[in-house]
Amino acid sequence: MKAPLKWLKDYVDINVDIKEYISAMTLSGSKVEGVEDMAGDIEKVVVGKIVELKPHPDADKLVVCKVDVGSEVLQIVTGAPNVKEGDIIPVALVGAKLPGGQIKAAKLRGVESFGMMCSIAELNLTKDYLPDAPEHGVYIFNDNPPLGADIRDVFDLDRVVEFEITSNRPDCLCIIGLARESAATLGVPFKKREPVVKEEAGEDVNSYAKIEILNPELCYRYTARVVKDVKIGPSPVWMQRRLAAAGMRPINNIVDITNYVMLEYGQPLHAFDYEKLQGAKIVVRTAREGEVIKTLDGQDRKLDTDMLCICDAERPVCVAGVMGGENSEVTESTKMLLLESATFNGASVRVTSKKMGLRSESSMRFEKGLDTENTIAALNRCAELIEQLGAGKVVKGIIDCYPRPYEKPVLKFEPDRINAFLGTEISTEKMVEIFETLEFEVDKKNMTLTPPSFRRDIEHFQDLCEEVARFYDYNNIKPSLLSGKESKQGGKTYKQRMEDVIRNTMMGCGLNEAYTLSIVSPKVFDQINLPADDPLRNTVTILNPMGEDFSVLRTTTIPDMLRVLSINNNRKIPEVRLFELSYVYYPVEGSQLPDEREVLTIGMYGRNTDFFELKGCIEELLAAMGIGKAEFKAETNNPTFHPGRTARLYVGAKGELKDCGILGEIHPEVAEKNECPKRTYVAMLDVATLIEASSTEKQYKQLPKFPAVTRDLAVVVDDGIYVADLISAINQKGGEFLEDVSLFDIYKGEQVPEGKKSVAFSLSFRASDRTLVDEDVNTAMARILKNLEKNFGAQLR
Amino acid sequence: MKQQLQEIQKQALASLSEIRDVRELEALKVEYLGKKGKLTQILKGMGALSAEERPVIGQMANDVRIALEEGIADVRARLEREILNNKLKTEVIDVTIPGRTKPLGKKHPLTSVLDEIKDIFIGMGYEIAEGPEVELDYNNFEALNIPKNHPARDTQDTFYISENVVLRTHTSPVQIRHMQSHNPPIRIICPGRVYRSDTVDATHSPVFHQVEGLVVDKGVTMGDLVGTLQAFAKGIFGENTRIRLRPHHFPFTEPSAEVDVSCWGCGGSGCRICKGEGWVEILGAGMVHPNVLRECGIDPDVYSGFAFGLGIERITMGKYGIDDMRLLFENDMRFLKQF
Repeated sequence: MKAPLKWLKDYVDINVDIKEYISAMTLSGSKVEGVEDMAGDIEKVVVGKIVELKPHPDADKLVVCKVDVGSEVLQIVTGAPNVKEGDIIPVALVGAKLPGGQIKAAKLRGVESFGMMCSIAELNLTKDYLPDAPEHGVYIFNDNPPLGADIRDVFDLDRVVEFEITSNRPDCLCIIGLARESAATLGVPFKKREPVVKEEAGEDVNSYAKIEILNPELCYRYTARVVKDVKIGPSPVWMQRRLAAAGMRPINNIVDITNYVMLEYGQPLHAFDYEKLQGAKIVVRTAREGEVIKTLDGQDRKLDTDMLCICDAERPVCVAGVMGGENSEVTESTKMLLLESATFNGASVRVTSKKMGLRSESSMRFEKGLDTENTIAALNRCAELIEQLGAGKVVKGIIDCYPRPYEKPVLKFEPDRINAFLGTEISTEKMVEIFETLEFEVDKKNMTLTPPSFRRDIEHFQDLCEEVARFYDYNNIKPSLLSGKESKQGGKTYKQRMEDVIRNTMMGCGLNEAYTLSIVSPKVFDQINLPADDPLRNTVTILNPMGEDFSVLRTTTIPDMLRVLSINNNRKIPEVRLFELSYVYYPVEGSQLPDEREVLTIGMYGRNTDFFELKGCIEELLAAMGIGKAEFKAETNNPTFHPGRTARLYVGAKGELKDCGILGEIHPEVAEKNECPKRTYVAMLDVATLIEASSTEKQYKQLPKFPAVTRDLAVVVDDGIYVADLISAINQKGGEFLEDVSLFDIYKGEQVPEGKKSVAFSLSFRASDRTLVDEDVNTAMARILKNLEKNFGAQLR
Repeated sequence: MKQQLQEIQKQALASLSEIRDVRELEALKVEYLGKKGKLTQILKGMGALSAEERPVIGQMANDVRIALEEGIADVRARLEREILNNKLKTEVIDVTIPGRTKPLGKKHPLTSVLDEIKDIFIGMGYEIAEGPEVELDYNNFEALNIPKNHPARDTQDTFYISENVVLRTHTSPVQIRHMQSHNPPIRIICPGRVYRSDTVDATHSPVFHQVEGLVVDKGVTMGDLVGTLQAFAKGIFGENTRIRLRPHHFPFTEPSAEVDVSCWGCGGSGCRICKGEGWVEILGAGMVHPNVLRECGIDPDVYSGFAFGLGIERITMGKYGIDDMRLLFENDMRFLKQF
C-alpha cells in the first residue's frame, strides 16, 4: 500500500521525522518497505519566465533566452521546440541536481548558457502526475506560480511511504487505516471526520431503485446512492496527483473519485450508468447457467453458477467485487449514476477473480474481507466529493440492504492472563490505554473488550495479546528460556545418528558432499538408457510445474549425479569424488502420498579411480555402520551401467540379505550422453536398508596370546570364477583355526593358460590356547585345497 | 714412581685433547692402558716397592687409570656424537615440501549450518522430527489455519500433485504430525527440504531447506520465544549478536513476529550485507495459534507454545558470504572444497 505522506497528514499529525516514523511503524507491525521521494534527488530547480527569446546566431535548432528566475535574469540556450516568450517554465539552475546529472554553465555553439529548461522526464515525473505536460519538450505552467519558487513546492512533490500490509489487516489497505495505526503508534489523535453530503438533488433514492440480495451468504451488505445531472470530465489536479502518487492512473472525475475513496476508506466503489440498468433494479445473485458478461476490458466471460454477480432486472451488469460490465459502463454521455458500496464474501471474490485471471485493487481488498460498517461512510465520502467537484447532484437518501447486521463480538479482558502469556508485567492501565487508542470499547466494570468493526481479525485471547505486545514493543519483552518447565532430553534418533555416520565415513573416504534438487525432467530417464517400460519412469508428477524440465519428482538420483560430474568435467576439474544423501519418490498404488526413500548416491571419476575405489568406500561404510553381512554380486544387465563392472549390494543383519542398491562403472554410452569421462563410477544405495542392517553394538575380543601361522595358497582357476566364491569356499573348509583369508594377487598371462587366472591368498591360522604345529595347519590346507579342486576345478600352482 | 704416574697422567690427558678420530683414540688407549702400555708398565714395577709405599702408589696408579679411562670415554662419546651429527647432516630434507595427504571430503555448507543449528537446539533439550516432503494439503495448510481460498496461500506459490496433495511449502506439517502423535511437553526442530514455485535466480530456488522449531508446554510465554531466539542467534552468529522482533502476521501463530539479527557484517552500523539497515531478517516466529493447537488435539486453554522457522540457504549464504544461491546446488568441486 502506497501512502502519500501529505494525504496521511489529513488524518493524523505525523510529528516526527520520516526516519523515526518508519522505524516506529515497522515496530508496531506496519512494515515500511520503502519511502519514495517523488522529487528524488532534485535540487535547485525553480520557476522561471522567458522574458526574451532570440534565434541562436550559429545554430538553426537552438534559441537563446533570457529567463527571469525571480532573483535574477539568466541567459539560457535551449533546443526545446515548444517554448515562446512569456512562457513560465521549470528551470534547473547552475549546480542543480537532476536524475540525469548535475547542471553546469556551458557554451552551446559559442553562446553561454546558465541553466536548463526542463521537461517532466528530466524531472523524473510522469504524465500521470502532470497530465497537462506535453509529450515532448519543456513543461509550461498553465497558472502563474511565483518566479523563483522551488519546484518541489509548486508541483506538490510528496514523499510516498510504501507499507507491507499483512493479509489479516485489510483495514490498513487505506489512508484512514494507516492514519489510525500511525496515531496509535505515535500517541497522537486520529483526526476523524464525517463526510457531509448536501443531497442537492432532493427527491428520494428509493423512487429510483430497488435492491435485492438473493445470496446473503455471499453479499453481506449492499448500499447505494443515486446521482443526477452528472458531468463527466477530468478530475482536479490535486486529486490526479494524489492518485498518481498512490500508484493509480487518473481517468475521469467519476472513476477518479471512486478510486480516491477506495484508497482513502479502503472500500472499493462501483459506479453504474443508471440509465443502462434495466428495470431500475439491482439484484445480487449468483450467475445463472449460460450467462455471459462482457467485462470492462472488452472480454466476453462465461459465468459459473457459483460466481456472484450484480444484476439488473434482466442480466448481470458486474462481476461482484471483480470487474464491471460494459453494458452498464459510465461513459462521456452518462447523465445519472448508481453508486455501489458493498461487501462480499472474501473467499468467493478470490475464487472468481482467480478463475477469471482478473486481480485488481478492488478484488484484492474484497477478498480479504471488508468491514460491513464502513460502506455508508465510504459512499458518503464519494457523494461529498461528487458535490465538491461539481460532478453531479446527489439524490436524497441511501438504499441499504443489510440482511444480517454486524454483531459486535465481546471478548474477556484478562490482564493477568495476558501478562502470563507474554511473560510481561504490563499494568492494566497501560493495557486499557492501548486498547482505547485502538478504538476498542473497554468495559472496565465487566472486564470485557469490544474490538472496532474494522478489526475483524480480533477473535481470540491471543489476538488481544498481540495488540498489547505490539504497542508495548515486542523488544521490551524480557527473554527467558523455558524456566521452570520440565527439562527434556534432546537428541538424535538412531536413524539420524546413522546418517551422521554415513556422512562422516563418506568424508573420511575423501568424498565431498553434494546437494541436488529433487525435481527433474522426465527426459532424464532417457539420459540413463532406461527402457520405456522401466518402473522408475512411474513418477510423482507436479500438476502446475514451472516447465516440463522441472515437472516430476525423481525416482533415481543417478541422472543428477551424472549432471554434477559433467559440470565438473566440462570445467576441466580432473578429480571428482562426491556423495549425496537425499530422497527419491516412488508413487504407491492406492495411496495419496508416495514412498519417500532416502538414498546415498556416490559419484566419482579421476586418474586413479576405478571400481575398487568405489567399492572400497562402500566397504568402509559397511564397517562403520557395523553391518556384518554383505554381499556384492555381479550385475550384468543394467542399461545404465557397464555390464562387466557393476555389482549389486546385498546386506542384512539377521536372516535374509536384502537388495541395497547398485554400484559400478557407468555404461560408456551413458557416460558419453551425459558428457562424463569414459570411466565414471556411480553408486546408489538405499539408506533404510543399510540402517536396518546396521548395529552399534561392539564387544571386546581378547588379544591373541599365541602366534599365528601364515600360509600362502595360489590356485589356477577359470577366469569366470569369482574371488568371493573362492574365499567363501576356503572359509567353509578352513576349520576352527583359520583366522583370516586375504587375497594378495591375481595373475593372468604367461605360465597361466588362456582363459584361466592364478589367484593367490594369504591364510592365517591361530589357536587361542596354544601355538599351532605344522600338522594342524597342513590338514586344514589339504581340506581347503580339496574343496577348491572339487568345486572350482582349481589347481595348485 | 709417584712422579712418573703424575707425568703419565699429564701426558695422556694432553694427548687426549688432540685426538681427532676413533682410530687415534684406540691407539692412545693401547699406548697407555694396553698390555704393554705405559701405565701397565708402571704397575708391573710395583713389586719393587716397599710394603708401606705399595698401597699408596697402588691407590694413586688406580686413580690415574680411572682418570684416563674417563677421559677416553668422554672423548669417545664426543667423537661418536660428531659422527652421528655428520650423518644427520647428510639426511637433511626440505620440510617446506607439502605433506602427503589423503584428503578428507568436505561437508556441504548447508549441512554444516544445519548441524550447528541442531547442536544448539539439542543442547536445549530439543529432538529432531522429520516428515514427508510430499504432503497432504491438510497438513501443509488447513491444519495450520490456512483454509482453502485463504489469501495467505498467495504468498506461498505451491506445487500441487493432486487437489489434496502438495509439495510441502514449509516444514510446518511436520509440527502438525508431531503434535497429533505426541503429547506435550514437546520440544522439536524440524529440518527439511521444502518447495515453492520460484524461478531460479541468485536468491531463489524452487527447492530449498528450512528448519522450524516448536515448543508446547504448560505456561510457555512469549518471553520464552524471545529468549530461545536470542540463544539461537548468539549460537549461530556470535555472542554479540542482538535480535529485533517486528510484529507480523502468520495464520498459524498469534502473536507473530519477523525477526532480524544485528548484521554479522557490520555489527549494526550498516553495510552492504544489511543494505545499510544494520539488521538482517532471518526468521519468522510466534506463539502457536489456538486453532492450530486445537486442530492437533491440544487444549489451548491448558497449553501454549511457540514456533519459529528459518531458511537454511539464507543463513548459510550470510555466514559464508556466498552471493549466489545457485552455487549451493551446482556442486563445483572448487566450491565444495572451500568449506
